[in-house]
Amino acid sequence: MAGMSESTSTQMGMHTEPLTGRDIKTKFRLENEGGFAYHFARDVDFNRRAEIDCAELEPTEINRQIRDLMDSGHGSIVIRNPGAKHSLVVGILNRMNIIVEGSLGYFGCGLLDGPTVRISGRVGWSFGENMMAGVCVVEENAGSTFGAALRGGDLVCKGSVGSRTGIDQKGGTILIGGDTGAFSGFMMQRGRIVVCGNAGKNLGDSMYDGTIYVGGDIRDLGVDAVQAELTDLDRAWLTRKLNMYELLPTQGVGHFTKIVAGKQLWSYDNLEPTEKKLVL
Amino acid sequence: MCGIAGLIYRDGARKIGGEMTAMLQALRHRGPDSTGFAMYGAPGPNEYVMRYKVAEKEDLDGGTRIHRAIKERKAAVGAVLEELGVNVLELDEPTEYALRSRIAFDGDLKRLADQVEEVEGGEILSIGNALELIKDLGDATAVSEVYGLGTFEGTHGIGHTRMATESDVDIRSAHPYWAYPYNDIAVVHNGQITNYWLMRRQLEREGQRFVSHCDSELLAVYTAVNLEKGMTLEESLRRSIDEIDGVFTYLITTGNELGMAKDTMAAKPMVLYEADDMVALASEEVAIRAILPHEIETSDPYDEEVRVWQA
Repeated sequence: MAGMSESTSTQMGMHTEPLTGRDIKTKFRLENEGGFAYHFARDVDFNRRAEIDCAELEPTEINRQIRDLMDSGHGSIVIRNPGAKHSLVVGILNRMNIIVEGSLGYFGCGLLDGPTVRISGRVGWSFGENMMAGVCVVEENAGSTFGAALRGGDLVCKGSVGSRTGIDQKGGTILIGGDTGAFSGFMMQRGRIVVCGNAGKNLGDSMYDGTIYVGGDIRDLGVDAVQAELTDLDRAWLTRKLNMYELLPTQGVGHFTKIVAGKQLWSYDNLEPTEKKLVL
Repeated sequence: MCGIAGLIYRDGARKIGGEMTAMLQALRHRGPDSTGFAMYGAPGPNEYVMRYKVAEKEDLDGGTRIHRAIKERKAAVGAVLEELGVNVLELDEPTEYALRSRIAFDGDLKRLADQVEEVEGGEILSIGNALELIKDLGDATAVSEVYGLGTFEGTHGIGHTRMATESDVDIRSAHPYWAYPYNDIAVVHNGQITNYWLMRRQLEREGQRFVSHCDSELLAVYTAVNLEKGMTLEESLRRSIDEIDGVFTYLITTGNELGMAKDTMAAKPMVLYEADDMVALASEEVAIRAILPHEIETSDPYDEEVRVWQA
């Protein structure tokens, strides 16, 4: 966002609705982007690096050690031998770097607000659930419900992901280098999903708002998901975003299909449900 | 919730008993009520391995009379086998209530199974040239130790850790299920079949028998009937996605195949690892890591995906 004017981001559809939740407006004002921190956030030094060998540790102990290292000022932590264990690297509300050398199991990197996480392996179901801000990059494949209820930040999978990617997404950006499964973007409310490969059936089913871009084939669209025109702003944003994570296709982004909500399903009018069925 | 796992080697037998135990133990948190294995050893010519039980484990808590009853039931099964001309080559009793017989028999398997099950408490867990189906209460390590599975050698196998939801915590309701009375077919399932009763009644009208009230048993019987009609395993798996309602991921094995099917909603997990010499699948990657601790590339099969691998 740095370097972009608020009017540009509004033009690009990133602020189509007023944000009224607790202090979200304060937290994410463009001019304050660099200054936000929780009152209990640790003052970490990004040059202080530590390692955790997870081979013989339970998830609770691993997460406790991450917090201990943050308390002692470490701003870069390397997670070795994660062994696809569940619920690792969760609930971190600090800016810091985490490097995972291996794969995570279910619910990895949930409830994050701020860190930059890079995972060399794959991740299981519900990766990045409820993330508020930060960046997570997965080098291999991911399971289903990738980025469920994502609220902010960039969630990147360079391989393919399972079903229901971005279900209930409320903000932020999900970038997929490969394919995504069925029901991706199901009931999404804000934010963006970018799929460089193919999308499974019922894409964007019952989405309220937000945008889905697909570079490959779409098996079929879900209820009330409709195709929209890919504008110059869309192309500029896609190019910039995909380039950031080395996912930009060689042929560019002109072939992407843009999917948005038709807004005929939700209560955008006062029709009774039975009348609405007739209309639809 | 339940956890399922499968393993198949494409280049000959390995010690799959220990590997399946490790995989299922890693899935213990998905279901600690019971654990089951269906593994395929070296098939003997004109020989079958019959696994059966004559009581439930919990029956042993019913006083001293049950021990006498179990002895009488075992004797009754022995009499049935003798009457049918079954040649018992080997008899193991890993527990008081569950037995393993290696038999030579050239008669009707259905008649054999039916007559053994006429004995009070009698239930055939499996009959197969290569299949051995073991299931009991407790986690994988406990079951494996009691039944001596750590050294079991074979080409492929499936297993299940069960969290009981809609039927009892007993061996009868534990997975895997053998596809009575068909040789060498077993199934494990994670999910819920919503047209279970409809399909069960239909199959019962066609003469099929069910021993439990667990919806997963339907998949075993359904597949066996399809194979009997001449379908390939892959055809049966594909058809099941259209005909069976609900959310499910299931694994099914025959004498030389391991198959997988995932429902149309892709609501139940499965992680797949494929290499030149082997394939491993499990509800969670952590189970595959239990036997392959090094970095591997895995993926999630998609909705309506069907796969079949050969041993």
